[in-house]
Amino acid sequence: MEKLILRRVETDSEEMILNFGPQHPSTHGVINFLVETDGEVIRKAIPDVGYLHRSIEKIGEAVGYPGFMPFTDRVDYVAAMFANEGYAIAVEKLLKLEIPPRAQWLRAISCELCRIASHLISVGTMAMDIGAFTPMLHGVRERETINDLIEALCGARLTYNYHRIGGVAFDLPDGWRDRTLRFLDHFDKFLVEFDRLISFNEVYVKRLAKVAVIPGAMARDYGLSGPNLRASGVDFDVRRDLPYGAYPHLRFEVPVGRGFVGAVGDCFDRYYLRCLEMGQSSRIVRQALETVPEGEYMAKVPRRIKPEAGEAFSRVESARGQMSYYVVSDGTEKAWRVRARTGSFTAMGIVDAVSPGLMVADLVALIASLDVVAPEIDR
Amino acid sequence: MTNASPAPAKSAARHARRVLLLTLAVGLGLPLALFGGVLVLSPISGIAPEGWSEGRVLLLHALAVVVLAVVLVTFGAVISGMTVWWEMRVSSRMQSRVGYNRVGAAGFLQWIADAVKLLLKEDLVPADADQILFRAAPYFVLVGFALTFVALPFGEGLIAADLDVGIFYVLSVTALVVVGILLAGWASNSKWSLFGGMRAAAQVVSYEIPAGLAAMIPVLMAGTLSMQGIIRAQGPWPWQWFALESPFAGLAFVIFFTAQLAEGNRTPFDLPEAESELVAGYLSEYSSFRFAIYFLVEFGNLWVMSAVAVTLFFGGWQVPFAGPDVFAAARGAGAIPGPAWWGLEVLSLAVFVAKTAVVMNLIVWVRWTLPRIRVDQMMSLCWKYLVPFAFASLVGALFWQLLLTSVPAAGVVTGLLATASVLVGGYFFLRLTYRNIAAVGDRVDLSNW
Amino acid sequence: MTTQELHERLRSRFGDDVGALGEPRVDPSCPVRRERIAEVCRFAKEEPGLELDFLEDLTAVDWPKKNAIELVYHLFSFRHRHGLVLKVEVDRAGPKVASVEAVWKAANWFEREVYDLFGVEFEGHPDLRRILLPDDWIGHPLRKDYQEAGSYHGISNVRENPLVELRRLDEKARAAAAPPPAPPAAPPSPAAKP
Repeated sequence: MEKLILRRVETDSEEMILNFGPQHPSTHGVINFLVETDGEVIRKAIPDVGYLHRSIEKIGEAVGYPGFMPFTDRVDYVAAMFANEGYAIAVEKLLKLEIPPRAQWLRAISCELCRIASHLISVGTMAMDIGAFTPMLHGVRERETINDLIEALCGARLTYNYHRIGGVAFDLPDGWRDRTLRFLDHFDKFLVEFDRLISFNEVYVKRLAKVAVIPGAMARDYGLSGPNLRASGVDFDVRRDLPYGAYPHLRFEVPVGRGFVGAVGDCFDRYYLRCLEMGQSSRIVRQALETVPEGEYMAKVPRRIKPEAGEAFSRVESARGQMSYYVVSDGTEKAWRVRARTGSFTAMGIVDAVSPGLMVADLVALIASLDVVAPEIDR
Repeated sequence: MTNASPAPAKSAARHARRVLLLTLAVGLGLPLALFGGVLVLSPISGIAPEGWSEGRVLLLHALAVVVLAVVLVTFGAVISGMTVWWEMRVSSRMQSRVGYNRVGAAGFLQWIADAVKLLLKEDLVPADADQILFRAAPYFVLVGFALTFVALPFGEGLIAADLDVGIFYVLSVTALVVVGILLAGWASNSKWSLFGGMRAAAQVVSYEIPAGLAAMIPVLMAGTLSMQGIIRAQGPWPWQWFALESPFAGLAFVIFFTAQLAEGNRTPFDLPEAESELVAGYLSEYSSFRFAIYFLVEFGNLWVMSAVAVTLFFGGWQVPFAGPDVFAAARGAGAIPGPAWWGLEVLSLAVFVAKTAVVMNLIVWVRWTLPRIRVDQMMSLCWKYLVPFAFASLVGALFWQLLLTSVPAAGVVTGLLATASVLVGGYFFLRLTYRNIAAVGDRVDLSNW
Repeated sequence: MTTQELHERLRSRFGDDVGALGEPRVDPSCPVRRERIAEVCRFAKEEPGLELDFLEDLTAVDWPKKNAIELVYHLFSFRHRHGLVLKVEVDRAGPKVASVEAVWKAANWFEREVYDLFGVEFEGHPDLRRILLPDDWIGHPLRKDYQEAGSYHGISNVRENPLVELRRLDEKARAAAAPPPAPPAAPPSPAAKP
């Protein structure tokens, strides 16, 4: 593999070609980068993905529609609720199924909690990659409480399989609402402490400000989505602009990058945007818990799911970007094609273009700020 | 059912008590035994029993020196193990974790378990690595580390060799460590190790300069390079410490502290072994005992750095109310000093250890709070900020000394002012910390320390 | 703009090369002739009023019965918040189509993935090579007639159905544990000699 890429890369004696990965603490999964460096400065960093390819899309053609739901968890196991939701929405579109409002609210609650958990991992590992080990552990401590809450809700801590075609699998347990509200009270104060610990730390800011600036036009052209896109100044959020589920009834703000300490679209913007989004997610969960309607949490779904021939495209604002499912049905019980378009795939595509001129330490910051996870890229 | 419950609980409590006693025995006994060895053996070069021939006296001295060397190296290893324990304990509390709690009370003996584990691992030497240099590199580092213990003043009489060039010797010997690191990076024949070795070389060599300059200021104020001399020039009370007595020495302490962090490869300057970027940098290819040596030296260096800082800036082992005449009076006239003298020595040892532990704690706090800085930022910090400030403070200290010769009271006045401001600042810092903790809805709970 | 209006704009510019908007079987799409796809995409991105500057997805679906691989382009515009789906059919035997990498850089990796998993060649792509699978992989897995090669560099990638294998192991264990069968009665030996 290296030989094919190296053929295109001319080296003279000054330059080194390094393999950054695939086993590396900072590449957020099993990803390899072929880095051509001149001392500490990078000339080219070519990502080499595919180490985690599990042919999930081919599996989607083999198992039936309901059977594919646990596989969607594995498309992005750090924020599995969104993957579940995207697939469920796509199949419900094919079945022309309306899901009851309580199910929509429960979906929104579980998704926003999952977003907080995923962002905690993201900002924590970013701080760890930059060298501060403590914020990661504080973030993971908070995530433990969220994991406990979700375990009480659906029985699993990582790969939830909670959203089903037609609704959600389980209803809210007794006392869950109060537990969650108490956690959110604590979490809002935790965010203040977290900011004080690391976000505006002088050394941290120096490491991230004005590093790997991605202008808005470049972000749109390369297909970035989610927090990466918003950090570059493009004000677009699927929850607000193409609303689905319970989001039309929930009020929240969408933070957009504006060069908090440096340039618009630098690593710090991408990082801080996730901190702000956690605060907004907490707000959404509170509202949703207060307004969740009574009723069924699962629609009447036929025992054998056989949608008529057609196709559906669903969009979900996942923690890492826009996750879209494109499901093509041919009228039988097995899907003809299931396609998962993830935010990390396009984010990885931009690394090659942004990396020349960065230092090796900045490459680590760039990958961490793009919040890529290998399962989303490789599926 | 009724019989089963009390017995296990009682035996568990007994077991815990036994573990605690063992821990205390090892934790206090081992260093005290080693210090006792230093104390007894170091003055031996002056002792020549009557009636013994030249050769026999020489043999006795040589034997004593060998034993003393073994004691010092053992002490270095033991102290680095205990430093590991302290660092892991503090870091686990900072990170809301439980930390070491299995081996020994509060995990105090974990470092022994880690050392045994490292010894039992497979010893790998990469086939393409430079066979001789790869094996030799750890020993440069170990020698550079162990040699510093010769001149560290642990107490009033507890120094292996009170060299006339004490501080100069310490600074030059710690520079051997960089040779070891560079060799390790090169000999591993791996690009990642080379990266780490290059970064380390650049960093340590650059930061030697502000460290050396800042160390010259206490030398200037004391008028001697000898470690014990510098300590004796200070006094036991805080306003008599160099760091608080002269504002320029205070600045020199800050510069010295930063530079020593960089020399010891501690975060925020741990680029050579930046775990998240280079995995272990120059150490990547090392395993088993060779890795154990690097590990030992890194944590032992913490102790050495703190000890040197305490010696230069914080009065070393000076015991309050016990000036040199008190020591001399307790010593008495006989060949074997009286018990009061031994007690005073132990007291001075305790003072030194306490001060070093405080500075060490500061270094540990800094490590687990701050992120890592980048290579170019590190170089610019050294050359654009630390070196000019070090020169400025050196010149300032010169003028301060001139001032002191005409107005000796100035030293006392500034010392008292500095002490007062440190106390006031400390109070406000603690109050702010308490307020921050309360704002998050947490509380200060030392019960499960 | 609604999908119909977008479709009308494209039709008015490209005429018959852009087919009729499909039945709204959940999500409508319009087919585009293979040769004009690059121009259509460029028009869609740059025309004021359309400004479909976000390539949401570029993927393919294999239809062996139609003997075609259908490329699907999902486009979206941030400014106008409208979207469109374009489809291109390429021949299954020798799938070739122009690359739209020059229009949206996001297509770079999407097209590499389609090449990797379906075998569609994109003319004009600067770096068309496999992305998810190793460079020396044989075959294009998401095609419906994909057969696994059986092994990759000596690592086998087929195995027996675990139930079958477990049953075989069970029977072997049972045969080993059972007592050996009694020997048959000795036949009269003199009669055997001819």
